[in-house]
Amino acid sequence: MSYSINRRQFIRGAAAFAGFTAAVACSPQAPSVQTGEKRSLKVGTFGGFFEEAFVKNIYPEFTKATGIEIESVPTPAADAWYTQLETAARANQAPTDLSMMAQIPMLRGQASELWTPFDLERIPNAKYLKDNFIHRYPDGRVDGIGAASWYITFVTNKTKHPNAPTSWASLWDEQYRNQLGMNALPTGGFLLDITAATFFGGSKILETQDGILQVMNKAAEIKPNVKLWYRDEAQFQQALETGELAMGQYYHDVSVLKAKQGKPIQSTFTKEGGINDSGCWVMSRPSKKLEEAYVFMDYMCQPEIQAKLSRNVGVAPVVDRKDTDLTDEEFNAVASDISPIIPAYRTYMEQGDWIAQKWTEMITS
Amino acid sequence: MSTNLAKLVPAARAEQFTGKLRLLSTLYPPVMLGVFLLIPLCITLVVSVSQRVPAGFYSPGFDLSHYLRFFTPLFLRQTAFSFVLAAIAASCCVGIAFPFTYLLTQLSQTAQVLILIFILSVLSLSEVIISFSWSVLLSESAGLSNLLVFLKILPQAVAWAPGLAAVLLALIYRTLPFAVLVFYPAVTRLNPEVSEAAQTLGASPVRTFFDIILPMQRRAIVTAFLFAFIFAIGSYLIPQMLGSPQHWTISVSITDQAIQQSNLPFAAALSLMLMLLTLGLVWLISSISDRGTER
Repeated sequence: MSYSINRRQFIRGAAAFAGFTAAVACSPQAPSVQTGEKRSLKVGTFGGFFEEAFVKNIYPEFTKATGIEIESVPTPAADAWYTQLETAARANQAPTDLSMMAQIPMLRGQASELWTPFDLERIPNAKYLKDNFIHRYPDGRVDGIGAASWYITFVTNKTKHPNAPTSWASLWDEQYRNQLGMNALPTGGFLLDITAATFFGGSKILETQDGILQVMNKAAEIKPNVKLWYRDEAQFQQALETGELAMGQYYHDVSVLKAKQGKPIQSTFTKEGGINDSGCWVMSRPSKKLEEAYVFMDYMCQPEIQAKLSRNVGVAPVVDRKDTDLTDEEFNAVASDISPIIPAYRTYMEQGDWIAQKWTEMITS
Repeated sequence: MSTNLAKLVPAARAEQFTGKLRLLSTLYPPVMLGVFLLIPLCITLVVSVSQRVPAGFYSPGFDLSHYLRFFTPLFLRQTAFSFVLAAIAASCCVGIAFPFTYLLTQLSQTAQVLILIFILSVLSLSEVIISFSWSVLLSESAGLSNLLVFLKILPQAVAWAPGLAAVLLALIYRTLPFAVLVFYPAVTRLNPEVSEAAQTLGASPVRTFFDIILPMQRRAIVTAFLFAFIFAIGSYLIPQMLGSPQHWTISVSITDQAIQQSNLPFAAALSLMLMLLTLGLVWLISSISDRGTER
């Protein structure tokens, strides 16, 4: 079974809940006594391949370099993890000290001041981060430090569809009736952003409800082509590998990894660009390990560590490519120079409930 | 005197102890009910009337709008569909499980135990594993239809998932062990003399089954149906993994609201509405069935 490879997937229920309960149960609330005791930090990353890659390739050397032990916590997908962090914080619990958090749940956490503000001066290597990877509260306080970024691209089964697509518009092509796999959630696959970029000249149209409805109507035209609306990544991946599906949208890095393993999968950055999403390191309010967290984040921002993440974890760097020693081949395996589609995060925040309901009405009708 | 006292003291202590034990045993059920049912239910109720913070989480308050939102066409349609789906799944499940259990009890004791263990082992499988396995079994590339093509029954392999049939199949698979579990004790208690008498009076085995055995098991059938129904209506992974979007049940929406939208108040309100409707249906079916028995 291909579970282990999927880092953002979550198997709802058991795994996540067990991890969460274990983390809460083990979480000492008293401030840590540093003297004579080993310093440690609980770090949460998406369970599966992702977390395993961090444990194997990143944490041991971090501990060697800084003396801080890392206790790794596999987390479910960011939205679910945010809900658990928020609930735990209300009970003054911090299941992790630092967690990797995607953009939309990052913004949600701001509303209740869930994230501990960071002092940028304590993270000198943050100077390497591209501006959009330093996340701030509306008043300017820093609440998230770029951890990794990833792309959702147009993926095809090479046996079923030997030619690489050039545009996302192919998803709408009538010849692919009942052959596509698409993410079932508006903020999972960002189909509205893809539609806006492909047919409406960019994300500006998503600023009004009328505009969103126009985009949604266009997106709805894709329905006859979609065989599987997936929430579970493993389900899509397996269906694409076996040829059950001819094409769809999926994570670039996992696709490249699978292609390397000999699976007939091809990931293409179309001319409109791939969807670029990213994760930040955040600290939920009850955690007391700010000092250790600064050391960790500073370490992770180094260009050579970012390059190492790209090579070993398959994520795109959050620092400028020029500062890293990544070769073209290594860079293209995780990213692209074609300018990406950045999801309209603010729209999903401000209109989230409305979009979610309209979206469900659209795909279930 | 002193010997009498020595006898009395332990006796009094023993009585005191039994009294405490009795008190504990009386308190035990309500305490457990409170801890595992009432407290979570109260928390859900409080959350369901909390204020949704747009683009955030929720804050304490008294807001009934989440309940009103349930009455929008989307959620009403999903709820109606869920009830119909669960009713069909539960009916099929009972329809398969009852004759199965009846025939099972005709086998030797060892065979019964082995088959029961096998069936009950299905309960140890998670819904994720069940959904995944069925999606492979019903797929075009690796599924059962390839076997039918090999046997020259089908001209070419077909995909049976995602689809309504796939959802129903997996739901029946998931609920069948529960139904067998409900039927087994009732059916083993059946007095064999009843069917012998019927057959002596000239009834065929089929007629004996439908006219004598089935009506005698009405209560077990209703219980098994309700069991299967409640399990089916609460299932959210099977419909979302094996169904097309139009087959997503209200439980799928509840999960989406809680986990994807972080809208816990609305998710809680939807859950309570679903619970109320399900309880209403359970009450209705049991009272109809009881009236039938009285008559």
